[in-house]
Amino acid sequence: MDITPDSIVYWHSGPIKINATLVFTWLVMLILVLGSWLVTRRLSTEASLSRGQHLLEIVVDGIQGQIRDVTQQDPARYLPFIGTLFLFIAVSNVLMVVPGFKPPTGSLSTTSALALCVFVSIPVYGIAAQGLRGYLGTYIKPSVFMLPMNVLGELTRTISLAIRLFGNIMSGSMIAAILVAIAPLFFPVIMNALGLLIGLIQAYIFSILALVFIASATRAHEQGGHAEAEHAQEETIDG
Amino acid sequence: MDSVELIGMISIIMAGATVGLGAPITAIGEGWAVSRGMAALAQQPDAAPVITRALFIGVAMIESSAIYCFVVSMILIFANPFWNHFANLAGTQ
Repeated sequence: MDITPDSIVYWHSGPIKINATLVFTWLVMLILVLGSWLVTRRLSTEASLSRGQHLLEIVVDGIQGQIRDVTQQDPARYLPFIGTLFLFIAVSNVLMVVPGFKPPTGSLSTTSALALCVFVSIPVYGIAAQGLRGYLGTYIKPSVFMLPMNVLGELTRTISLAIRLFGNIMSGSMIAAILVAIAPLFFPVIMNALGLLIGLIQAYIFSILALVFIASATRAHEQGGHAEAEHAQEETIDG
Repeated sequence: MDSVELIGMISIIMAGATVGLGAPITAIGEGWAVSRGMAALAQQPDAAPVITRALFIGVAMIESSAIYCFVVSMILIFANPFWNHFANLAGTQ
């Protein structure tokens, strides 16, 4: 039994290896790109829409609504990154029920790569929103003594993002494999249904946490603006 | 007792103990969080989306400590570095 799909190597020459993680990541990418290409090839604004367009509109609208609820900002800025994270993780987790499919999110390399994307995007969004000086200022926010804590928190939340997703998906496929060995008749079906639920919840959690981290890096400035505006309003009311 | 046997025995005992200690403590904390969330939901059904989202995020945060324990015990069973080291030593001799 393998703990990660990294160890299944299909082809290698020298230092270059094509393992199961890579192959199934490409498969998920292919499914996502081909599916959305097939649907967006003939979009229509008429009363009757194709099924695919309905599906995509519901997905995009749902993600936009969630982003708007969490950040209280315009979702257009976050939609490409957060939506891609959610769709990739959700599709690869849901395909876990297909026999023979090894979810690429069940490998620590994939989840670390995703978490590193989040790690890099936090300062990018933060600097874009409030400038280099303003973003670096958030590290010494309550006082200068909190600087090591803030830097440490930045690192540990990235690691915990990666390990949370990996652990959940790996435990799902591991428990399914163990159950097939002990009670192959009925219980694997239940555990697979539970795995579907857990996979979708983890995709949601990963993207919402990424969004919360990014929003907390961009928001400090705007919240300060809000507070000042409210203060000014109170003063005018008082005056 | 041979050192390889000792490593195997301690690894398996600790793999069980890791999950056995880590999962119940996390489960208690998670149960408290969910019960408070349910109480808040019963009091303010209008705020259901906000409470549910906060509850999901919080429970996932708590759950990750149990997941760390599970990952450590899986590493001890399936990818034990000490065991692999001694297996390599035995292989080269």
